[in-house]
Amino acid sequence: MQFMLLFSRQGKLRLQKWYVPLSDKEKKKITRELVQTVLARKPKMCSFLEWRDLKIVYKRYASLYFCCAIEDQDNELITLEIIHRYVELLDKYFGSVCELDIIFNFEKAYFILDEFLLGGEVQETSKKNVLKAIEQADLLQEVILRSVLRSLNV
Amino acid sequence: MTEGCPKHCILMCVLLISGKSKEAEIKRINKELANIRSKFKGDKALDGYSKKKYVCKLLFIFLLGHDIDFGHMEAVNLLSSNRYTEKQIGYLFISVLVNSNSELIRLINNAIKNDLASRNPTFMGLALHCIANVGSREMAEAFAGEIPKILVAGDTMDSVKQSAALCLLRLYRTSPDLVPMGDWTSRVVHLLNDQHLGVVTAATSLITTLAQKNPEEFKTSVSLAVSRLSRIVTSASTDLQDYTYYFVPAPWLSVKLLRLLQCYPPPEDPAVRGRLTECLETILNKAQEPPKSKKVQHSNAKNAVLFEAISLIIHHDSEPNLLVRACNQLGQFLQHRETNLRYLALESMCTLASSEFSHEAVKTHIETVINALKTERDVSVRQRAVDLLYAMCDRSNAQQIVAEMLNYLETADYSIREEIVLKVAILAEKYAVDYTWYVDTILNLIRIAGDYVSEEVWYRVIQIVINRDDVQGYAAKTVFEALQAPACHENLVKVGGYILGEFGNLIAGDPRSSPLIQFNLLHSKFHLCSVPTRALLLSTYIKFVNLFPEIKTTIQDVLRSDSQLKNADVELQQRAVEYLRLSTIASTDILATVLEEMPPFPERESSILAKLKKKKGPGTVTDLEEIKKERSSDMNGSAEPASVNSTPSPSADLLGLGAAPLTNSAPPPSSSGSLLVDVFSDSASAVAPLAPGSDDNFNNLSVKTEKKPHAITFSFVPAYSMFVCKNNGVLFENQLLQIGLKSEFRQNLGRMFIFYGNKTSTQFLNFTPTVICSDDLFLNHFLCLNLQTKPVDPTVDGGAQVQQVVNIECVSDFMEAPILNIQFRYGGTFQNLSVKLPITLNKFFQPTEMSSQDFFQRWKQLSNPKQEVQNIFKAKHPMDAEITKAKIIGFGSALLEEVDPNPANFVGAGIIHTKTTQIGCLLRLEPNLQAQMYRLTLRTSKEAVSQRLCELLSEQF
Repeated sequence: MQFMLLFSRQGKLRLQKWYVPLSDKEKKKITRELVQTVLARKPKMCSFLEWRDLKIVYKRYASLYFCCAIEDQDNELITLEIIHRYVELLDKYFGSVCELDIIFNFEKAYFILDEFLLGGEVQETSKKNVLKAIEQADLLQEVILRSVLRSLNV
Repeated sequence: MTEGCPKHCILMCVLLISGKSKEAEIKRINKELANIRSKFKGDKALDGYSKKKYVCKLLFIFLLGHDIDFGHMEAVNLLSSNRYTEKQIGYLFISVLVNSNSELIRLINNAIKNDLASRNPTFMGLALHCIANVGSREMAEAFAGEIPKILVAGDTMDSVKQSAALCLLRLYRTSPDLVPMGDWTSRVVHLLNDQHLGVVTAATSLITTLAQKNPEEFKTSVSLAVSRLSRIVTSASTDLQDYTYYFVPAPWLSVKLLRLLQCYPPPEDPAVRGRLTECLETILNKAQEPPKSKKVQHSNAKNAVLFEAISLIIHHDSEPNLLVRACNQLGQFLQHRETNLRYLALESMCTLASSEFSHEAVKTHIETVINALKTERDVSVRQRAVDLLYAMCDRSNAQQIVAEMLNYLETADYSIREEIVLKVAILAEKYAVDYTWYVDTILNLIRIAGDYVSEEVWYRVIQIVINRDDVQGYAAKTVFEALQAPACHENLVKVGGYILGEFGNLIAGDPRSSPLIQFNLLHSKFHLCSVPTRALLLSTYIKFVNLFPEIKTTIQDVLRSDSQLKNADVELQQRAVEYLRLSTIASTDILATVLEEMPPFPERESSILAKLKKKKGPGTVTDLEEIKKERSSDMNGSAEPASVNSTPSPSADLLGLGAAPLTNSAPPPSSSGSLLVDVFSDSASAVAPLAPGSDDNFNNLSVKTEKKPHAITFSFVPAYSMFVCKNNGVLFENQLLQIGLKSEFRQNLGRMFIFYGNKTSTQFLNFTPTVICSDDLFLNHFLCLNLQTKPVDPTVDGGAQVQQVVNIECVSDFMEAPILNIQFRYGGTFQNLSVKLPITLNKFFQPTEMSSQDFFQRWKQLSNPKQEVQNIFKAKHPMDAEITKAKIIGFGSALLEEVDPNPANFVGAGIIHTKTTQIGCLLRLEPNLQAQMYRLTLRTSKEAVSQRLCELLSEQF
């Protein structure tokens, strides 16, 4: 996978993850172009399209579009399910995820994605394992917080 | 669960979201940025929490699409925090806002190093994620050696292993030269057997990428992958617990394993092969079973595996039974209610159509595909249907397919019209049994989609009509009829003008198309046409003067009219003046000779095909034989000698590169897809008399057809060796890319400018040239040659040229040249080529002048047999003393005159400068004209240097 973009129905970018080195200018150009292209498509249309020399796989969940760019030999259907699994992970973590969750907790959205996909490849497909890693981190944070509080005698 | 994001941040989010206008948002953000800046600059040291808070805000603002140019240092400080969340935010900031400041990179790398060594799996994970996210060359330099160790260490936690595998993959993609192969590779392969499916999933991606470049080294992965796959596909749907996805066992891993197997031919071991066939059959069987769930996720995951299995079957292209089954399965999908499946089925079938085993099976679906073309509501699906029709076309169904495509063209989306036109034109030509059908088809094309008919298409129809006399009368009649239409496309006027100018006489017997009627018909279109078409029509008129003497005066009147003779366009005016003069002074015999019918064009591959390939990228439009051809040429790609145009000086070529990349360069010997237009413009090879539309000027008319051999010759000397005695020129050239060099050297330093010219009209993407020093360039682990390059912009526009500078330092004497590896994406395909970079030892020569006495004194001092290397060899080039002198000077040494008692001999002297030493060199070249041989003797203080210089110089004569 070369990159993944999340954007709203209004075309606002909510999350961007690039797995190939590109300049900021190029990233902005790609984003603009793709958001436009995908938003222009009708609901019943197919989820795949050719774009430049890449294949775009996208799916809409409520007000958010999830859009991945994959290479010629990559598998479209499994990419569609990568999107779905990511949505499931967000859903499970936030408890029925909505766009605002991703805005407010953008860093969590990134951390979950990093546990699931790394370098553009699937790292861990087990929902349990991914969430375990994130929850462990959350726990770690709480423990530290508590120990800080204790040291301050609060 | 929102404690990760400080409360202030949330507040700000709300403010931003509820912001009324863009201006208000920008104002709000600028205020916030100013606030953060002042906090960072303030006298009071910020505590970790505040730092985190502000860095998090900056990130948020950046992700909203605003530019952030500070905060990097604060983020880096967070990395060394012991608090997890602070560290985490620090890493996230760095991954998202990558910065190339070298001081910062040093600090970041330090922090990463500490975390990697911390043995805390959570911290190690963060550090590895950061490396994988940034993936820069600097990071590769720092960590590419370390990560394989983490990956294969026995005590590494599974989750860290997973991250390490993909981290290494990312580094390998950006800097393959920095990832050392070694013992770890065999241990990585065995990760395919790991108990933890997550580890296998991550490792399979890494192995696949490594295996693509080093197939031999990872060969053992085939049998391991097959047995792993076999265990997955035969497992019950709940065996794999959390790795089962909607009743499909480990779909991601299955897809990855099938993808890995596509790096290799079918397994040789019959047991492995049998097991794989079983797996593939099981996957095909499962497709027929009733679904275990109605959820789309179930069918998607299942079919993802199925499509990947079909890709593998097609890749192997060896089991007719499986290929036909795959085809039938896809046939079912063609009528599936899911648009996605119909799309993918059409796409996959395209590749199946090119296998000899399944071509016939694909053809049985023709009606369904034609139907898709008519009824699909999504243009991207229709596009796939066009592609498939093109791929399944052969002699038996060409007429039907071409008719359907023409039909579709009338209503087709503008975005794909040009491509359909090209495809129709190619199919019509390729499968024409009857050329009248071909002519009809092309004229139809022009009628339906004239604007999308490119020059290549109408040039081609003219080539074919001229080369086949059985179709000329029919063509003349048909264009004449087509021109009768009140509004016809300019392209039709061009074709009509050309064909009637050549063959109008064939239909002149019919009173309905008498010469005068033909002329009036064409001339009625004249004023509506653009300048090039008018120029072509004027040439048709002068041809008519020869064909139909009876209308000569009518034509002369037209040529004589003010609108022609005083035309503001120079070309039109010149043609009118010259043609008028020609028609008045030349005798009929001369006219007949000058204006003779065009001779047949040399048979050549259709330029249309080349155009389509360029449009779609090779591979997508090729048929069976072409795929095979391309496969073999792909493999030879890197070894291909650069063919260099030897007539003009290559450095001139270099300069002209930007301006006219295509015409300035000699086509490679097996060039396909040269255009008709180059027949016209290349006066040396154009053997045509007056061609309408030709750019030849009037003077050429009298010099009729003097068949010269093609003026361009190809030198097959590898470009590399040409550079031994010179510093500028073209290093490499193929149909896509030209690489030019300019370099300068002084003592042990040098600088080389590499120019990459994109010869196509399409962008190159991910363009990454890498200079690689092979192991031979190391002496006791020290690099003999120190090279520094700057990265180039990863996109190279069509026709553009980019430049890269290489700074060179010669540390000690060396034998091998560094390799320049270039990777980029062109069209849909990945291009990878390597050429030797001509940095040779002699570049670091400083010439030394000396007297005869000095020379022979030193010569004698270097009399140790190890110091002398001698080579006797046959002359490969004419033995010209002046050229020889120039070469010796170009080689870098001084040419010493009147030193050798025999004036026919050449002697030279110089010093090789390296950082560590200086090496004095003496050379003597003795030609023997009778025997056409040379004797070359090198004496230096170092055996290896004598050896190397002797090799390099011997190749030059």
